[in-house]
Amino acid sequence: MNLLNKLDAAAALRKAQLPEAVGAFGIPIEEVYSSTEARIGENRVLLFGTNNYLGLSFAPECLKAAHEAIDNEGTGTTGSRMANGSYFGHRELEREFADFYQCRESIVFTTGYQANLGTIAGLVGPGDVVLIDGDSHASIYDGCTLSGADVIRFRHNDVADLDKRLRRLGERSAVTLIIAEGIYSMLGDQAPLVDIISVKNKYNSLLLLDEAHSLGVLGNTGQGLVEKTGMMEGVDFITGTFSKSLCSIGGFCVSNHSQLDQLRYISHPYIFTASPSPATIASTRAALKLLRNGTKLREQLWKNAHQLYSKMSEIGYKLGPEPGPIVAAILDNPKQALALWQGLLENNIYVNLILPPAAPENKSLVRCSINAAHTSEQMQHVCETFAKLYTEIGID
Amino acid sequence: MAESDYNETLQQLCQRLDSFTGSDIKVSPDMSLVNQLAIDSIKLLNLIMEIEDTFDISVPINALVDVQTVRDLADLIHKIKTES
Repeated sequence: MNLLNKLDAAAALRKAQLPEAVGAFGIPIEEVYSSTEARIGENRVLLFGTNNYLGLSFAPECLKAAHEAIDNEGTGTTGSRMANGSYFGHRELEREFADFYQCRESIVFTTGYQANLGTIAGLVGPGDVVLIDGDSHASIYDGCTLSGADVIRFRHNDVADLDKRLRRLGERSAVTLIIAEGIYSMLGDQAPLVDIISVKNKYNSLLLLDEAHSLGVLGNTGQGLVEKTGMMEGVDFITGTFSKSLCSIGGFCVSNHSQLDQLRYISHPYIFTASPSPATIASTRAALKLLRNGTKLREQLWKNAHQLYSKMSEIGYKLGPEPGPIVAAILDNPKQALALWQGLLENNIYVNLILPPAAPENKSLVRCSINAAHTSEQMQHVCETFAKLYTEIGID
Repeated sequence: MAESDYNETLQQLCQRLDSFTGSDIKVSPDMSLVNQLAIDSIKLLNLIMEIEDTFDISVPINALVDVQTVRDLADLIHKIKTES
């Protein structure tokens, strides 16, 4: 079998598993009207499947900053941070992230994916150990692979399981990096951070927390799970992305360990890629200011999240373990998930369809992401549609 | 002694796989994990956690690249057990 035949075989297997799903993935959005509405095909749809948690994608401050940056600095840097691509804005954004988390060190990466790749591969290498939550994002798995370290998984959010696996490592626990996430992207549940830190300290390991989905969402100023739990001191490295609450693209790592700066000289995902464009950096800086002062946005986001979670639970949907901006309905099988996803789209609601093997434990999910800008009318329409489809599809 | 340990590991692994796959197929050492036991990459990751608990060892998932058959997996487990 040659290389192309292998891809044909994989495609045939995918289509055989769920032929009706062809076209369900990578659905094109033709026009975007606002942070909550867009056009798909000929229809105006509600966006309930984005990561735009604070609804800042059209914030005037961000648009203005991006426009000015293009006018003043051009469309791209055309080079890496190591070479010609380190501008005033990149350094300022790093300073602002360090200030936001009250940390000594901060590095900006070109994407959130690269933030995890570059941080993990920079921190650990052959002979070291990475101990990751079983439900970790692909960027964490890929960072581990790139590092060459020994990769061990612990059961999702199970601190006793983490403790057991650290015990087995013996003295190697001192060269172990534990990785968890503030909010997990599939079911929207939060890591038991206080207990994880307690176990980490017991075995003298280091902890990296990925706040990709919790930045802007948790804590009084939106730092994430570290702020909500008051555990900043116990976390060694925090990574995150600009592509969710901050509505651009890029990523960061902050730490109080001065050694983080060394990653600039050894981490390939940082070194061998072009730096973020001036417009990206400018809009991210503007969005970070709004996020830090976004208490009211967070209040509205959580009000919306609680409303959808409680309504769907009341209808009878099986959901993730706790309310949050990600509300995932867990369906019995891929066909049922596809029927619900199609039914929602026919009612002009766009959400995410997630089929095995993308979701944990081969689950089939229909995942909604809530936005602070969703209006009460939009929330009501979504709740009513979920109720109607539950009966029509026969989900119970 | 080492050989009897290995045989015991192989037997224990086959029994564990019998219950893990939940099928009527009787697991034998030269069976392919993917082609004959239908253990895909996701199932394999979960299986490894169970094996770690069964044998009280750490099995790095990056060590699985050369594991194709039940015997390959038994070899890896035995190697880790004897080195620990």
